[in-house]
Amino acid sequence: MIPLSWYLTLAAVLFTIGLYGVLARKNAVIVLMGIEIMMNAANLNLIVFSRFLPQTRLSAQVFSLFGITIAAAEVAVGLALVIAIFKMMKTIEVEKIEQLKG
Amino acid sequence: MKWLIGHLWLIPFFPLVAAAVIAFMKKEKREAAPFFAIGAILVSFVLSCLLFLAFIGIQKTPYGHGLSVHLSHYLWFVTGTTPEIVSLILDPLTLTMLFVVTIVSSLVFIYSLGYMHEDPNIVRFFCFLSLFAASMLGLVISNHLLILFMCWELVGVSSYLLIGFWYEKPEAAAAAKKAFIVTRVGDIGFFIGLLLLYQKTGTLLLYGGSYPAIFSHETLDLLKINAVTLPLFGGVILTTILGVLLFFGAMGKSAQFPFHVWLPDAMEGPTPVSALIHAATMVAAGVFLVGRMFPLLEGSGAMPVIAWIGGITALFAATIAVAQFDIKRLLAYSTISQLGYMMMGLGLGGYVAGIFHLMTHAFFKALLFLGSGSVIHGCHGEQDMRHMGGLRKAMPVTFWTYLAGTLALAGIFPLSGFWSKDEILLEAYLHHRPLYWIGTSVAFLTAFYMFRQIFMVFFGSWRGHGQAHESPQTMLWPLRILAILAVFAGLIGTPFLFGNPFRHFLAPGHHAPDPSFFVMAVSTGVALFGIFVAYLLYGRKPLTGEDPLLSYLKGIFILLQRKYYMDELYQNTFVKGANGLARFFREVDELVIDGFLSRTGWATLVLSRFNQWCDNFFLNGGFDRACDGIKGSGGQLRRVQTGRAQDYLLIAAVGAVVLYFLSRIL
Amino acid sequence: MDFPILSLMHLFPLLAGLCYLFLPSDNKPLLRWGAFGITLIPFLFSFSLLKHFNSQNPGFQFVEKMPWIPAIRVEYFLGVDGLSLTMVFLTTLLVPLAVLASFSIEKNIKTYMFLFLLLETGTLGVFLALNFFHFFLFWEMGLIPMFFLIKIWGSEDRDAAAFKFFLYTLFGSVMMLLAFQVLFLATKTFDFTELVILSRSGLLKVSLLFWAKRVGLPFTPEVMTTIAFFLISVAFAIKVPIWPFHTWLPDAHTQAPTAGSMILAGLLLKMGVYGFLRISLPLFPDVVRTFAPFLAILALASILFGAFAAMAQTDLKRMIAYSSVNHMGYCMLGIFAVSASGGLEAKASALNGVLLQMFNHGITSAALFFMVGVLYDRAHTRDLSRFGGLRKIMPIFAGLMGISAFSSLGLPGLNGFVSEFLIFRGSFSLMTPLTLLATIGLLVTAIYLLSMLQLLFHGPLGEYASFSDVTGREIAVAAPLIFFMFFVGIHPSPLIELTNEAVVHLLKVFS
Repeated sequence: MIPLSWYLTLAAVLFTIGLYGVLARKNAVIVLMGIEIMMNAANLNLIVFSRFLPQTRLSAQVFSLFGITIAAAEVAVGLALVIAIFKMMKTIEVEKIEQLKG
Repeated sequence: MKWLIGHLWLIPFFPLVAAAVIAFMKKEKREAAPFFAIGAILVSFVLSCLLFLAFIGIQKTPYGHGLSVHLSHYLWFVTGTTPEIVSLILDPLTLTMLFVVTIVSSLVFIYSLGYMHEDPNIVRFFCFLSLFAASMLGLVISNHLLILFMCWELVGVSSYLLIGFWYEKPEAAAAAKKAFIVTRVGDIGFFIGLLLLYQKTGTLLLYGGSYPAIFSHETLDLLKINAVTLPLFGGVILTTILGVLLFFGAMGKSAQFPFHVWLPDAMEGPTPVSALIHAATMVAAGVFLVGRMFPLLEGSGAMPVIAWIGGITALFAATIAVAQFDIKRLLAYSTISQLGYMMMGLGLGGYVAGIFHLMTHAFFKALLFLGSGSVIHGCHGEQDMRHMGGLRKAMPVTFWTYLAGTLALAGIFPLSGFWSKDEILLEAYLHHRPLYWIGTSVAFLTAFYMFRQIFMVFFGSWRGHGQAHESPQTMLWPLRILAILAVFAGLIGTPFLFGNPFRHFLAPGHHAPDPSFFVMAVSTGVALFGIFVAYLLYGRKPLTGEDPLLSYLKGIFILLQRKYYMDELYQNTFVKGANGLARFFREVDELVIDGFLSRTGWATLVLSRFNQWCDNFFLNGGFDRACDGIKGSGGQLRRVQTGRAQDYLLIAAVGAVVLYFLSRIL
Repeated sequence: MDFPILSLMHLFPLLAGLCYLFLPSDNKPLLRWGAFGITLIPFLFSFSLLKHFNSQNPGFQFVEKMPWIPAIRVEYFLGVDGLSLTMVFLTTLLVPLAVLASFSIEKNIKTYMFLFLLLETGTLGVFLALNFFHFFLFWEMGLIPMFFLIKIWGSEDRDAAAFKFFLYTLFGSVMMLLAFQVLFLATKTFDFTELVILSRSGLLKVSLLFWAKRVGLPFTPEVMTTIAFFLISVAFAIKVPIWPFHTWLPDAHTQAPTAGSMILAGLLLKMGVYGFLRISLPLFPDVVRTFAPFLAILALASILFGAFAAMAQTDLKRMIAYSSVNHMGYCMLGIFAVSASGGLEAKASALNGVLLQMFNHGITSAALFFMVGVLYDRAHTRDLSRFGGLRKIMPIFAGLMGISAFSSLGLPGLNGFVSEFLIFRGSFSLMTPLTLLATIGLLVTAIYLLSMLQLLFHGPLGEYASFSDVTGREIAVAAPLIFFMFFVGIHPSPLIELTNEAVVHLLKVFS
């Protein structure tokens, strides 16, 4: 049996890749993809813990199902926002979107 | 007719209504206005006649010295618990005045119809005349000093309005103002007299009937006994001080020295006005007042004052009249002089003599003024006697009536002036010799200056421009009637016909002084001598060029012609003084009070500037620096807020890592 | 009385004025006649007041009393007696006339008229209020509209004049407020009637003493009442105005619009005299008596200096303004003479004279200021030396102005004489030397008013030869005033009847 630490390491790597995508890339679509990756890393953790901690089995699985659903919705909303931003500003580079600057 | 005695107010009421009606008339109603005015005054005249009959009919309700007085009282207002009762009076003095005023007014009104025929403002003229008649009639019937004072001021206003009738002429406007203000100076004295009288007696009613009044024995005794203390004079008996104060009003109104300056200037008004107001009636109101207050004045210390002021005025004005060239101004000075005569008569105790002279003078002086108006009218507005002459032929009616008036004024037997003047001189002869001689010399001067005028105007040859013409009949008929009165009115007061009925009517209780043939002879003699001197100087050879008197008197003549420089004196003292005082108080306001305020304001401003500086430097200095520091660090912190979501997320991620390590360390 | 007539009369202009603000501002005739109509309503009320007033009752009538701010014992307390009734009537009479006189105003009519309505409520409030809080509120309410009327619709130097007026009056108000604070702290009441009762029983002094002890002031009750009297009286003295507090008056009058001057002279000055009668005299009779000679000298100074200063003016409006100083001086002379010792009847005469003089001066000065305004509308100058001979082209105007001037100089038969005579008659036996000196004022008044008439109307026609005579509207403004001049001059007893009982009642404090 594959030990728990392996799963957790994989999830951590995935999360870090996602975080990198969110923080370092300019393209908003890639930032969104990064967020998806971070979410799936979290989902992976939930599933793994439901396997290794039997008393949390059901609730962890339900959580991850919710997570997937929300991720789908989130992508839909996120992409719609990206389109709206593109329509307004003719760009989807996150560096350029800085109206909130103080 | 008895009813009428209870409704005395009807007499001034009709002219008053006429004045009110005319006041609302349009300027174009040239026919209607005189109709109303003359109608009203004639009604008043008829009422006066009826009153006389009624009065004679129910005589014998004695009051005081067997005098018959009828009163009607009205409540005016109440202050505190004191009612102010006003009252009207009908007594012989009132009746005499009513006759004089209504007769002369009626004649002058009719005369004005002709004289003012071409004036565009004839409607207004009759309005003012009616107002005057109403207030004068109110004056003579009032039995309450306040009502008397009110009418007294109202006649003053009518006089003001009528002197200034031709207001476009600056001289007329100035003369009107002068008349009002000079008489008001006297009126202030009168007013103070009223206040003092009220303070001491608590009433201003003259005859009271059932009410407390001034002429009741108790009040008169009180006034005769008590004294007030004045600075400089010490204790003065009340009747004396009251008499002098009331006489101040009379001096102003009757143009007594030194208040006489307004009357000659008042000749700027239309001539009928001069005749009615400034010769016959209003100026005699002062004499009337002294007569009205006679029960109070009799025997008081004010009497010598009145007599002497009267005597001085008579002489003073007569000398000025000698050197006048303006036909009306000469008559004005003559009026002042004759008013002085009346005052002298009253002041010497000759109540009947003074009032008698008032009446006869009203007739012949009105006649003379109307005659002079006729002359001016005939000479196309010329008033300078040097530019007249020989009018005897051109204006026969005017000449003969004027001559009658002049002879009456000069006191020639048996015209009215002779009898009345003689009574005054008799009083003076009996009681006060210096004043008698003053009076006699005034008689000489009067005859002289009047005949100087007659010779200059009616004799010699015409020296004016254009052609002189006789006046219309509306002007001549009043002259004729007044001439008859001037000649015969004196006969009611002679001791030789029916034992002086006028005296018995006016003052039944008074004893009559025995007639003195010496006095009569002397006065007639000096009058004839005056006429003779006038003939020598002006009658023998007609006037050419300079006045012959100038070559005899030289500087004195100039002095007289300039009226002793009284106007200049007043101008340089009172007028300038008052103006200076006025300017001074204006400056006080603008410089001192406002100056003080603006200094205070300025000081406040300086203080607040200093305060502001302190605030800025000390308080704000420290505070501002602290604020600047906060502001600067805020500026730095602002940079963190880049607006990029990734930066925020980075900070969150770094923060999470830092927190993780912190949680491990701690 | 069940029907709240005083409240209605008093608040109607304010409430109607608020509705008035919603009228369209470009419809000028509607705005003018609307304001006139609104001001007529209180006038009708005051007629009914005169009709139902019982002149035999010296106390307050038509009283309305209810709690307002219970925490500081402020009550809504209205009432009218003989002292205030003539003033209420004068107010309701003058305001419609002032509105009618303002029909020539073109600038910002709505605000202008609204300020007048506010002014009417304020003035009526002062004359009707019997509670200091209420009194002071409306005292100030009279001040503010006047400030704006001068400031916005005034002549060339209006800013300075408005400011001077405001500061002067506000200074007085602050003093008065301070004094009433002290009185309230000492007595716990703002109610005039209660304060008078306290004063009469001597409790006012006692409570002032206690208060002084409590806050550690080392003053005797006499000093306390003296200070309170002078603090309150400064406000009134400025309003009257008494010499030397009068220099705001000529400036304010000269710069104010015509109707503003009418109200200022006709009503606002009366508030000062009324204050003396309603507050200073009954609350501090002892203090007034002590200082009466000194104060009467100030009144004499107003009479004489005012008259002389008027004589030296070349500005028509300033001259009339100074004549107000002079005429109000007679009122003050009467009041202070009454405070001296003397006979009750003389005092009743003087005090009735004072009240009548307030009414008369209101009528006459309003008429004179209106006439000056009529002239100013045509000539746009007030410089006396530039007129002359106007009687030829404006005969009716000359007649109206002449009557008003003669009324002002105290011609018998017109209103001024009756009141001046009553004052003189009363004060002559109370303060003889001062009254004697005051008669000089009568003479000087005649001099400057006749000079004014001479300069305006007599002589040859000056540079203004094309003026039209007064219009029908202008006659409509002047006619009621002229009517009252004659009416009071000939038949003053209805007015004296109204005031007499209240006067006798007031005089009891001095007996």
